[in-house]
Amino acid sequence: MGIWRSYRLRLARKRWRIRAFRKRRELSAVTNRTNLIRRTDILLFSTLRNERIRLPYFLRYYRDQGINHFLIVDNGSDDGSREYLAEQPDVSLWTAEAGYKRARFGVDWLNWLQMRYGHRHWTLVVDPDEFFVYPFCDTRSIRALTDWLDASSIRSFGAMLLDMYPKGEIDAQPYREGQDPMEIACWFDSGNYTIKRNATFGNLWIQGGPRARMFFPDRPERAPALNKIPLVKWHRDYTYVSSTHMLLPRGLNLVYDEWGGEKASGCLLHAKFLHTFVEKSAEELTRRQHYANSHEYRAYDAGLKDNPDLWCKWSEKYINWRQLEILGLMSKGNWA
Amino acid sequence: MTVGFIMLCHTALDRAAQVARHWATRDCPVVIHVDSRVGRHAYERLQRAIADLPNVDVSPRFSCEWGTWGLVAATQAAAELMLKRFPEVRHVYLASGSCLPLRPVEELRAYLDERPTTDFIESVTTEDVTWTVGGFDAERFTLRFPFSWKKHRRLFDGYVKWQRRIGFKRRIPDGITPHLGSQWWCLTRQTLSAILEDPKREVYDRYFRRVWIPDESYFQTMVRRYSRNVESRSLTLSKFDFQGKPHIFYDDHLQLLRRSDCFVARKIWPHADRLYKVFLASDSAGTAQTEPNPGKIDRLFAKAVERRTRGRAGLYMQSRFPNENWENGRTAQPYSVFEGFSEIFENFETWLAKAVGGRVHGHLYAPERAQFAGDETVYNGALSDSAALRDYNPKAFLTNLIWNTRGERQCFQFGPGDTQDIGRFLALDPNAQISVISGAWAVPLFRSNLNFSDIRKIAAKLQRIEGQHLHILRSPQLKARVRIWTMAEFVENPMEPLQTIIDEIGARGMRRLSEAPRMVDLTGFGRFLQNLKNQGMQPVLMGDFPAGDGPPNSNAARRGKPYLVK
Repeated sequence: MGIWRSYRLRLARKRWRIRAFRKRRELSAVTNRTNLIRRTDILLFSTLRNERIRLPYFLRYYRDQGINHFLIVDNGSDDGSREYLAEQPDVSLWTAEAGYKRARFGVDWLNWLQMRYGHRHWTLVVDPDEFFVYPFCDTRSIRALTDWLDASSIRSFGAMLLDMYPKGEIDAQPYREGQDPMEIACWFDSGNYTIKRNATFGNLWIQGGPRARMFFPDRPERAPALNKIPLVKWHRDYTYVSSTHMLLPRGLNLVYDEWGGEKASGCLLHAKFLHTFVEKSAEELTRRQHYANSHEYRAYDAGLKDNPDLWCKWSEKYINWRQLEILGLMSKGNWA
Repeated sequence: MTVGFIMLCHTALDRAAQVARHWATRDCPVVIHVDSRVGRHAYERLQRAIADLPNVDVSPRFSCEWGTWGLVAATQAAAELMLKRFPEVRHVYLASGSCLPLRPVEELRAYLDERPTTDFIESVTTEDVTWTVGGFDAERFTLRFPFSWKKHRRLFDGYVKWQRRIGFKRRIPDGITPHLGSQWWCLTRQTLSAILEDPKREVYDRYFRRVWIPDESYFQTMVRRYSRNVESRSLTLSKFDFQGKPHIFYDDHLQLLRRSDCFVARKIWPHADRLYKVFLASDSAGTAQTEPNPGKIDRLFAKAVERRTRGRAGLYMQSRFPNENWENGRTAQPYSVFEGFSEIFENFETWLAKAVGGRVHGHLYAPERAQFAGDETVYNGALSDSAALRDYNPKAFLTNLIWNTRGERQCFQFGPGDTQDIGRFLALDPNAQISVISGAWAVPLFRSNLNFSDIRKIAAKLQRIEGQHLHILRSPQLKARVRIWTMAEFVENPMEPLQTIIDEIGARGMRRLSEAPRMVDLTGFGRFLQNLKNQGMQPVLMGDFPAGDGPPNSNAARRGKPYLVK
């Protein structure tokens, strides 16, 4: 890559950082417990809106994995999410009433919080419906992973978004608070993903899964991106460019091997398709605060009108990370 | 007589103290060296933690940057202290702060008592070393390395390059032959003291100070001068990955470590509570005689390195996306492509499925939809039959299909009526077995009920497309196994080519084909071709069909030989 292009990317990165810095004013702290953060803590960053029912399990899942502190931006929830989070001893909470879209779908807010609090910490950026799975996650804490990444001089860790869905109609089995969503949405597509390389940012662009299969069979190019790099040893100069799909500087996007080998990687189990999804997609459609004119939600809405059974006879039932590794969706790399 | 432990520590000092206590309370003296870069608080905490143990001491501190002399200096100082303060020590065991004893000390002591004069140290001449990472073996001893590899990589590399160019070579002092090996050793008092009290030690030390990674060569070389009995292996289980950094052990390795029968393992993750609890508690001396046997662990880590460097063939995923020609196998396993067969034979797919026992698809790249076997709309791995999804990334469609159906042979039909983008990929894939009957696309036209002018147009188009496809299949870069027959050749003698293909697939029974597929009725096909010619189109890919009305004579004297490209 030439000097000119790398200079342009450098400018772009600075621009995103300035933007994040300016957007900090849209955030107001509800409870700021960041003074509890110790030097080696692993931090989780998230933006959410009206996810009260998911929160208890979400927090428990990541506490068990070894997250030390949660930094969360609440984008105008009115279902009690804010009050619930404010009570949690390991959560620092901010609210933002401004537009989600104008903050580039929360990226600006989180970039700012990461710049301010994430410097030199391992940071995990996930949505409340994303559950991080990494090699050996059933026997080793997330710190084992980050220690190993540190020892291997690896700064970022990829985890593909894996859409999980229930068998039968999406809202047939309602989700109860505190329940493991994977008890309901335990199915996934194992082998219909397509990959392209993004020449500018050097990341992979992965599409496919049940959303491409059901909602975008005629316009595959519009199917949502599934590549994610949620776990990064943060430095204040870093910035997410578009959701957690890609970062700058672009070296952080090189979470894949180009010479035949496999790097270690994980998955984000995406429990989007619970009964809440049907209401939510209708609401998001009217709010129009989502990516690319919410075309994704429009497609869902159209798809949901007929028969929203994402399950097919080749759907795979989720067991554990080893299953995902055997199927080739993630890899242990040289971690043993 | 007992064994004394030297521990080189730089992090997780609480764990080091825990292990030191384990050894010390079992009558093994311990000398701890703490990297001088460790902060005062942590160091004092360690001192407090071991204050009540009379047979634990700390040695003078050196800065131990990786790959530098500091590590050797620290070891020397600690060894001198050990030999002076604890006269009952016969063997000195060099360990690190992240080592963990796997077997009771009693067993180690018994093992060493049986071998009172043996020095356990991996010591290999530079010619025989295969494990060095970074390309230095002999050069470690003949170049100078004044710059830090970790902090000033460019200077380091540049200086090495410059020395190579001007042909600089250090002189190796007389009396030593460079040897390399794992830095974790166990030496007898006799050998160790001879090394430390060598009259020429000054000379050797000065030389090794500028050798690259002296902790892997100083004692390994010196031991050859004095030892009467070198056992060239390390008693410490320590595995390295492809970057040369040690593999780390976690709680889930417990059973593996237990069964390895090694005395000490490195490196243990400091938070592996269960490992520390289990191995520091066990004292039951039982199998004193068993030799260390790290075979299983070796295999586990060898596999990990292989996965990292070569990966799984035919897999394209988020952390493995090889550049072209670096795939180690473009697809996961062999598959077969048939072009023109289903046009010439009736129910060819059913027949083929019976003959080879694999999965036989129709035209996977048909323009309307992927014709999966059994007319499925979704296939293994939830692969959709949507043409748009498939054509969005035709290569991924194929690699996904082959990956998803590992263990089952896939066959599919292909032809000039299909989306052609995949052609090049097929030709370059060694797993592809491609059999072509050129010109067979004319048969459906011949049997169709279209106006002849339309037929002529379609025929011209299909012939052009197939011509291009054949051109790809004849390219010099070809990797696939390709056989091409013209239609005329094939219909004369269809059984022999079929038998060859089926044999190569390696079908279940490996017996001769008993039942031939039924060929469609070609009566009048020659006439049909002549009509095309008469209309100004030149059908060439079928080969020579007589223009007569009768069926092509399969008993003709001229027997078509299939030709094998490649």
